[in-house]
Order: sequence, then structure tokens, then C-alpha cells
Amino acid sequence: MIEMKDVWKTYPNGVMALNGIDIYIDKGEFVYVVGPSGAGKSTFVKCMYREEKPTKGSILIQGTDLAKLRERHIPKMRRKIGVIFQDFKLLPKLNVYENVAFALEVIEETPKVIRQRVMEVLDLVGLKNKARSFPDELSGGEQQRVSIARSIVNHPPVIIADEPTGNLDPETAWEIMDIFKQINERGTTVVMATHNKDIVNSFKKRVIAIEGGRIVRDEQKGEYGYEV
Amino acid sequence: MKSRTLKRHFAEAFKSLGRNGWMSFASVSAVTVTLLLVGVFLVVLLNLNHLASQIEGDVEIRAYIDRTTKQTEYNDLQQKMEQIPNVNEVKFQSKEDGLQELIKSLGDEGKAFSSLKNENPLPDAFIIKTKKPQDTSTVASEIEKYDHIKKVDYGQGTVERLFKVTGVARNVGLVLIVGLIFTAMFLISNTIKLTILSRRKEIEIMKLVGATNGFIRWPYFIEGFVLGLTGAVIPILVVVFGYEFLHGQVNNQLDTVFVKLLPVYPMVLQLSVMLAVIGGLIGIWGSMTSVRKFLKV
Repeated sequence: MIEMKDVWKTYPNGVMALNGIDIYIDKGEFVYVVGPSGAGKSTFVKCMYREEKPTKGSILIQGTDLAKLRERHIPKMRRKIGVIFQDFKLLPKLNVYENVAFALEVIEETPKVIRQRVMEVLDLVGLKNKARSFPDELSGGEQQRVSIARSIVNHPPVIIADEPTGNLDPETAWEIMDIFKQINERGTTVVMATHNKDIVNSFKKRVIAIEGGRIVRDEQKGEYGYEV
Repeated sequence: MKSRTLKRHFAEAFKSLGRNGWMSFASVSAVTVTLLLVGVFLVVLLNLNHLASQIEGDVEIRAYIDRTTKQTEYNDLQQKMEQIPNVNEVKFQSKEDGLQELIKSLGDEGKAFSSLKNENPLPDAFIIKTKKPQDTSTVASEIEKYDHIKKVDYGQGTVERLFKVTGVARNVGLVLIVGLIFTAMFLISNTIKLTILSRRKEIEIMKLVGATNGFIRWPYFIEGFVLGLTGAVIPILVVVFGYEFLHGQVNNQLDTVFVKLLPVYPMVLQLSVMLAVIGGLIGIWGSMTSVRKFLKV
């Protein structure tokens, strides 16, 4: 599903964020990416949806090498990967429904299918009754649920979440985690970078720890392993 | 692109215009103000040019012919003149016609000359019009060299000064209008840039969700066009109705000096189209240049 081979990333300012990463993530897995700030966690995740291009090495997602991907093929690739961010990244001038629909308009779906699928996922994340609200009228947890709805609406095989609970209070964070659990149970691969010790330690899944741009730990049913 | 996607882009553009109400208003106002300036200035300039052309068009060369010239030589002369490259037409004016015209132009005092009809002192003449009024003096000096030409008259001195004045006026006008259009482009594109600058984040997000550049660009393209076109509405109305009014007021008074303003139609229609096109293009250009910057995410 996702395979990184000897991936290096050096930023133009000389910062060496990734120093030889090798990893294989299977279809349907749930993977936490943990590690201290500035350890390369974010770069690791960003390389997976090609916001950053590795300096060296290859990243295969469903057989496509992101490192060699041409600029104009990036949009197509991103449609196969749902991405969720700490700051939600919703379009501020579009309401909940339109934000989710955008991901389907991009692939030129018919209006009928769009309506049906959008209402379906809004139901899944429990926001059916807020379809006409704008992002600034929603709480952080609700905004994150919209962003999750948008990322899964076109059924991508992989979901990548970069600290999705970072801006949320513990209770809301758990609500969000429940949605991720559901998504994963349907067979979608989930990769989640996180700082949330409680979540990692109680909802046990594979943990990959990154420090100094290298993988220092990779265990099934792992622990968070850092003091908060 | 599928037709429903194009429909979606139009819907999206108008939705965005509405939801960014104040920004849209600011852009439209900027377009309106500048196009108003351009429009009014163009009306003035085109009319000045028209007046200058009318005055220049009155310039003609009179070549007076020796009385001893024979009839066959008249024809040779006329042919030779017609073959000068810049000559448009050569008309023969007999001495009788010449006198008639003189008497007419002098009005009451002219009657004193009526007695001369039997013993006409005037020579026969050719009246030459050049293709471009500015060629008058070169053509005149060419004709002067011919045999049988007694004298060439085209208002020497005065005509050169006239052309100098109209030439300078045209150039100054051209420079001003070009400067004005550049200022307009700068102003408008800056305002539109501001509205889109505030959407930098939007464009980034769209790209992350998998939108192609074209998909992102379309609604902005339509939006810019609509903004520019809307901004042209008031200037067009001002030009059409303002000029109609002005034309009615001023033209009668100008009649006394034998010149006329440009007729209202088709000029105002041409100007309207021009303003609409400038507005639309500047709108598109403004939004496209600013979107392009953010598309490289």
C-alpha cells in the first residue's frame, strides 16, 4: 500500500528532516507517527501526499512513485489520498455542504451523486443538520469532522492525518478518534501523526517513532513512549 | 471539461462575488472610476482629433497657370500632377469659375468685382488635394518646378504651423491616453489582487484536495471578467448619455466656425464596446496574474 525506500529530505536552508526512511504500511493498517517536535514527523507525513518532494529515495503509494510524479499528475494522486490537518483547512467562504462537495466537484461527479454522497458522509460524521453552516459558525471539533467528511467522501484508500486532534479538547479528540476508528474498520488505511499520548496508549495500534529524521521504533500495539 | 463543470464554475464565480460582497464592490468601484476617466478622455480626444482633421482637410494647393499655356499642355499638366504619389485629386478651375468663387466669398463687397467679368484678371488654376494633408508642402514644391506654373499657393507658413499644432496635440493626447490606460490597469489589477490575496489560503486548500490548476482558475477567471464588465456599466452610461447631451448643446455653436463634433452614433457605440472590452480584459488579467502566483503550491 505505502512503501518508502531510503527516503531523504534536506530543505533548501540545510535542515536535514529525513535521513533514510524505510517503511512499509499494509492495506487497512492504522499507524500512529509519534516523536518530538522538529524530529521530522511532519515532513514524513507531508511526503506521503506530496506537499514535500523527497530529495532522494522513492515513495510508492498503490504502485505510484510520488518522488517521480510529474507536477501535473499531483492533483490526480491527491484524490486517492484523504488528508486531514490540525488547522482543518476548510474553505472559509463555503458552507459545510459545499466544502465536502468540493472534493467531488473536482472529479466532475454528477450533481445527483454529489448530493447523495455528501449527505451520506455528513451523516457518518454527525453533521447532517449543520450542512448549511459556515466554518466560522462551527466549533473546532465540528470543523474537524467536516474536514474528515471531505477527505473520505470520494472513498480514498488512504487517509493521512497530521495532528488531527492537536487543536481540540480531550473529549472532542475522542469523538474524532471514534470516526477514525470507523473509517479504518471499513478497510481504509489510516496514517496519523499525533502528540496525543492518551489516545495512542489506549487505542492501541502500530506506532512509528521518528527522531532526528530516522525511524527509531516501529512496534505493533505500541506505546506513545514520550513524556508530555 | 464537462459542461456541468463549466456550469459549476459559473455558479461558483457568482457565489463568490456575492459572498465577498465588499471586496467585489471595491474592485468594481476601482474599475468604474478609472474607466470613467478613460471614457471621458477618449471622447474629448477623438473630438479634438476630428476637429483637427476637419481643419487640415480644408488645406488645398492652388497652382495658377500661365496665360500663354495651350490646351494640350493643360492636359499634360493635369496628368503629371495626378501621377505625383501623394496626390489624391486634381481639379481644374477655369478663371471664370475662380472669379465667381471670389465674388461669392466676398459677399456684398464682391459685387464690385462683377464688372471684371469681361476682362478677367485671374489665371486658370488647378486645385490639388493630397492624400494626407501633411504632404501638402512637399507636393506644392514639386508642382512649383513644372513649366507653365505661374504660382503655387497653399497658405504657406500658416499651414506648416497648423500641422505642427495638430501634430503636437495628437501626440500629447496619445501619450496621455496610454498613460491613463496603464494607470487604470495598475489600479484595477492592484485592487483585484487584494481581493484574491485574501484567498491565497483557499487556493492552497483546493490544491490539497486534488483540484487541478485549471479547475481552480476557472471561477476566478469568470469572476474577474464579471467584475471588470460590471465596472464598465456606469462609464458606458455616462459616455452615451453625457455625449448625447453635450453634442446637442455644443454642436450648434460650433456651426458658426464651420466645424462639427463627431456624430453621436456610431462613436458612443464603439466607445461602449471598447470600454466593456477594456473592463473585461483588465478584470481577467488582474485576477489571472494574482491567481497564477498562488498556483505554484
